Amino acid sequence: MSTTDQPAGKAEITQWPRATNTGHLHGDYFPRAARVALADPQLRRNIGNATTIIREKRGSVVAELDDWAELRAAGAAIKDATMADLGDHLERLETEVAARGGVVHWAADADEANRIVIEIARRAEARDVVKVKSMATQEIGLNEALAEAGISAWETDLAELIVQLGDDMPSHILVPAIHRNRSEIRDIFRREMGNVGVPAPDGLTDDPPALAEAARIHLRNRFLTTDMAISGANFGVAETGTVMVVESEGNGRMCLTLPRVLVTVMGIEKLIPTWRDLEVYLQLLPRSSTGERMNPYTTMWTGVTQGDGPEEFHLVLLDNGRSTILADPEGRPALRCIRCSACLNVCPVYERTGGHAYGSIYPGPIGAVLSPQLTGVADNPSLPFASTLCGACYEVCPVAIDIPTMLVSLRAKVAADPDSGDARERAVFRSAAWAMSRPQRWTRLLRLMRLGRFLARRGSFRNLPPPFNGWTATRDLPAPPDQSFRDWWTAQRDGGGDA
Amino acid sequence: MRVALFATCLVDAMSPGVGKATVEVLERLGCTVEFPMGQTCCGQMHTNTGYPDQAAPMVAGFQEAFADHEYIVAPSGSCVASVKHQHEWIAAGQLTDRHVTEARRLADRTYELSQFIVDVLGVTDVGAFYPHRVTYHPACHATRMLGVGDRPLQLLRAVRGLELVELPEATSCCGFGGTFSFKNADVSSAMLTDKIHHVLSTAAESCVAVDASCLLHIGGGLSRNRTGVTTVHLAEVLAATEAP
Repeated sequence: MSTTDQPAGKAEITQWPRATNTGHLHGDYFPRAARVALADPQLRRNIGNATTIIREKRGSVVAELDDWAELRAAGAAIKDATMADLGDHLERLETEVAARGGVVHWAADADEANRIVIEIARRAEARDVVKVKSMATQEIGLNEALAEAGISAWETDLAELIVQLGDDMPSHILVPAIHRNRSEIRDIFRREMGNVGVPAPDGLTDDPPALAEAARIHLRNRFLTTDMAISGANFGVAETGTVMVVESEGNGRMCLTLPRVLVTVMGIEKLIPTWRDLEVYLQLLPRSSTGERMNPYTTMWTGVTQGDGPEEFHLVLLDNGRSTILADPEGRPALRCIRCSACLNVCPVYERTGGHAYGSIYPGPIGAVLSPQLTGVADNPSLPFASTLCGACYEVCPVAIDIPTMLVSLRAKVAADPDSGDARERAVFRSAAWAMSRPQRWTRLLRLMRLGRFLARRGSFRNLPPPFNGWTATRDLPAPPDQSFRDWWTAQRDGGGDA
Repeated sequence: MRVALFATCLVDAMSPGVGKATVEVLERLGCTVEFPMGQTCCGQMHTNTGYPDQAAPMVAGFQEAFADHEYIVAPSGSCVASVKHQHEWIAAGQLTDRHVTEARRLADRTYELSQFIVDVLGVTDVGAFYPHRVTYHPACHATRMLGVGDRPLQLLRAVRGLELVELPEATSCCGFGGTFSFKNADVSSAMLTDKIHHVLSTAAESCVAVDASCLLHIGGGLSRNRTGVTTVHLAEVLAATEAP
């Protein structure tokens, strides 16, 4: 496939690491991956257009609610309280699911979760499975694991279908194909649908209803003929063992109701204790994620019901690094995340690089705090630095995750890590700190800096050596003034103040 | 009213004019300005790059320099945000309980310039005259961490002769982010390109902000592109008066 066919494909942007036990959470070195993404004007235009639209929709529906601040505080508080007793709540969930005919499995990492799902598929003699859009299964690389086991997983969410047909990776939590525009989607449908099933209709245009119709025709047969479905979960309610998926298309509901066997892979942080808690999250989530007052389809199921829906239900509870986050008081708030992706849509870095540059399937600000914590900072050392700390993410987060503060704390963990810390940088900063910690040293340094004036041209630097060349490649740096503020003060005030 | 000026390391080293302008405005409004010579830096650059351990002596130094002052005013939203939101964390991790208590006490006494003028002094018209067309970039930390809101705009609107033009996509970050501008120079530059595009679209003569750091960045791009558009700190606008 030529690069013009697939300008934003994964192959051009990141090297996905070989299989590890954490799945798709590792990235390339962000600055390098970002540089590739920035060079793709189509990608930037697609993402810029899409995030602008969602951002505006979110802004208007959030502004409708007078009690948004209270809802947001409640959203944070419920999750925090749940996390404090997560073990007890999980056991309650397991008991309730089992009491209603479901089977609960515990998976410590991605590999174990994949093995469990493959085993269920083998026992069900399923060669094909349909999938509901799910971050957890993307996180663990389930589709690839199933393929290795000879089982075909078919994505049914429209955007995931586009990603899968394009041999691509998701670049956004809510809109995995956000990096594609409609003519790229038309080309993918025309080229790929016929290779794996019902082909795209002749003369398919890039008109959105025509594209949706092509997807509907392509998927219909899959829903009717596939015996097993795999989903994620937006919430799991402990008190009744109920699992829930919110979606926009109804394709999820087809998967959740038609096949004989249903497997749900749920991160352990998706748990909430009671139905009443949903009152808060079902207001926070749709408004933050799609900018809708309520999402069109909300499907809830509790165990199995004879003669209605799946005959077999398996719930795979996924840890994959979450209990490590739980143990860290500074990192724990990341587990509040309800995967709305509002932070992606407002992030000035994400808007320019798209999601693939982050490597992990959790991109954007939340990805920059979640991925390094799930894998350990040594495996994702560049992500905590992929932010200007502008705070736009924290401002919109419906569960008040203070992402900038967490990024700062993660940066300290990276710097302190013997494998990821940069010893030279640490030494440079230590020297700076030595000079900046004492006023006498600082005063002398400022006088020394004046010598730099002789090296400047017309009052500024245009081409400094590393590490400052990153700055001067695109920006001038003014020469230091001939007198620092403190020297001016001392001269003017004759040692005034309380010197 | 006695006011201790926290100039910030950047203004001290690179933009002394901003410090002088801050002194001038505060004195015009009747304050007695002091400059505790023991001050250096809030430590934010070290903290945000992953070295809170190295920032700790700067936090302790800040506390020593400003211990006796009731009002600490800085011409920077970012440095004030560091004092208010990061010093306690650094003290808790790297220093003593006494430093934690002191960090909280000084956080309550530290003000960004526009907040101090509008909220504490209760003034919006500082008697400035600045006959230029300007646009205002709301610095991220001042806006989101301190909630300065429209205080800088209230002050600017009261400046005689000043024509204020709204900046498109104003709240979008300029891409500075401290060491982000080195470590992720390409993304930083892409953000700056968009910011400069918006500044130029206003046909303003100058871009105003409350942070010398954002202005160093935006100004660096405006200068590299030989746009002829300059940057000016809010304090410098407020300090300007009609020629006597």
